[in-house]
Amino acid sequence: MKEKPWKPWLLLSPSLTAVFLLLVVPVCFVVVYSFWLRAPSGQDIPAFQMGNYAKFFADFFYPSILLDTLRVALETVILCLIMGYVPAYFFYRTESRLKPYLMLLVMLPFWISFIIRTLSWINILGDSGLINHLLMEAGFISSPIGLLYNEGAVIMGLLQYLLPFMILNIYVSLDGIDKSLTEAAKSLGCTEWQAFREVTLPLSLPGVSAGCLLVFVLTCGTYLPPMILGGPGNDMIANLIFKRVIGTLDWPFGSAISTILLTLLVIIVYTYNRYMGINQIFKTLSKG
Amino acid sequence: MKRFISGWTLIKLYTLFVYIWMFTPIVAVVILAFNPQQFGSFPMEGVSFKWFVKLSHNSTILDAFKNSMVLGSLTAVFSTAIGVPAAMAFIRYDFKGKDFLNTLLIAPIMIPEVVLGVALLLFIRWLQQPKSFALLLIGHVVLTLPYVLLIVQARLVGIKREYEEAAMSLGANPLQTFREVTFPLLAPAIFAGMLFAFTISFDDVTATLFWATAQHQTVPVKIFGMLRNSISPEINALGAVMIVLTVSIPLAAGYLSRRFARGSA
Repeated sequence: MKEKPWKPWLLLSPSLTAVFLLLVVPVCFVVVYSFWLRAPSGQDIPAFQMGNYAKFFADFFYPSILLDTLRVALETVILCLIMGYVPAYFFYRTESRLKPYLMLLVMLPFWISFIIRTLSWINILGDSGLINHLLMEAGFISSPIGLLYNEGAVIMGLLQYLLPFMILNIYVSLDGIDKSLTEAAKSLGCTEWQAFREVTLPLSLPGVSAGCLLVFVLTCGTYLPPMILGGPGNDMIANLIFKRVIGTLDWPFGSAISTILLTLLVIIVYTYNRYMGINQIFKTLSKG
Repeated sequence: MKRFISGWTLIKLYTLFVYIWMFTPIVAVVILAFNPQQFGSFPMEGVSFKWFVKLSHNSTILDAFKNSMVLGSLTAVFSTAIGVPAAMAFIRYDFKGKDFLNTLLIAPIMIPEVVLGVALLLFIRWLQQPKSFALLLIGHVVLTLPYVLLIVQARLVGIKREYEEAAMSLGANPLQTFREVTFPLLAPAIFAGMLFAFTISFDDVTATLFWATAQHQTVPVKIFGMLRNSISPEINALGAVMIVLTVSIPLAAGYLSRRFARGSA
């Protein structure tokens, strides 16, 4: 097959053309547009000026949304890790015949509509939702407590969306560990817990870090959970972009915020790739 | 050993708790869809199908459903049509810049949908084209292509090159080799890729909110609009339909592929 060096390019050309024309060029457009000027009449004027970026950093309003986004992303990562590691470890160690089905069940939410999963929390956290209903039936409270439309509710929605990604990443990493290593550690006198701490845990860290990166990046770009489960103060950066572009039609400013978000994510992913390698994530995703 | 057993019990309980946490909201949607009350909330007062009946008479939802089906199917076809050859190129050939291009084609997974939405819409605006069904379709193809690539590549790695080389040495040309050898072996992955592309397209909200025109609304975008005036039993009913639909498709596909695999073995 070596005599035809053009063949792979022929096979690749449709995909490359599509991604180049529909992704690379448009994203470059966003960057270019972020330097344009928006006339008071609402027209966009080609220019090269930093006004849109200056506007973003002019006062604390916009940067605080960016910081909120990063904080929520960090909180979501930590909670995902706490909730995800143990089930992943359970899948690794269990010898139950039900294991394939239990794993299928974890993957099931991937297939369920994101908007349905998000709004389903209204039935749980709302004023007449499950929790308030149960608490009132039990007599703990006399009127509903506000569980919805705050940051906690947003994080609930995010967790439900992202937990399967975390569990899968950790599981794939755990599954690659040779079980005889823990046996060896135990035969040398380690307790079960010591064997886990000294052998299994360090070897599962690649999966842990891959899961953390994926959850962090996906949270940073999230739009729906703050929109549906959050209150007025819970906007994240994606909501801001949507409002500026679709709401006020301020394309240059919307482009500038998009560029800021994208730059931030590129820096994070690039740094990660430098030290950890990004392929682990792609390999894991292909198993899902 | 005894200590380990109690630790293991804790792990099992913890996992059980995570399952309960994950599925309670989803189950609640399905249960509340049968609540006859005006407000879709607890407590349940009887069981009724009236919201499903009401739903089946809602013509805007039915239109959106049709749009979603057509869009999802076309996205699945186009996405696999361009994704499968690309996967072949990456797995079967060596060429310069391979790793870079592979990362480039999979990168859209990591780009926020909001940015993709703005970018494509801005580009279309610059070309002075109106929003259209075509925009929605090409947008969804870009969104789903990385997943198709990942799934098909993962499968291709497992198909031995020797099979193809054997066919070639017996006189088959590359096209015949693909048709008679590679394609049948790859078919389950192509099918899985199509299913995944369909589901992603069918479920997508954020990017679709940017690209959809008033005539070409999809079901999730419609639900998003309905949510503006708080949650209603009708939304729960629609959610229940969507859950049953999107869950049964992969389960049925998994079952069928297992049966076929057993049949051919």
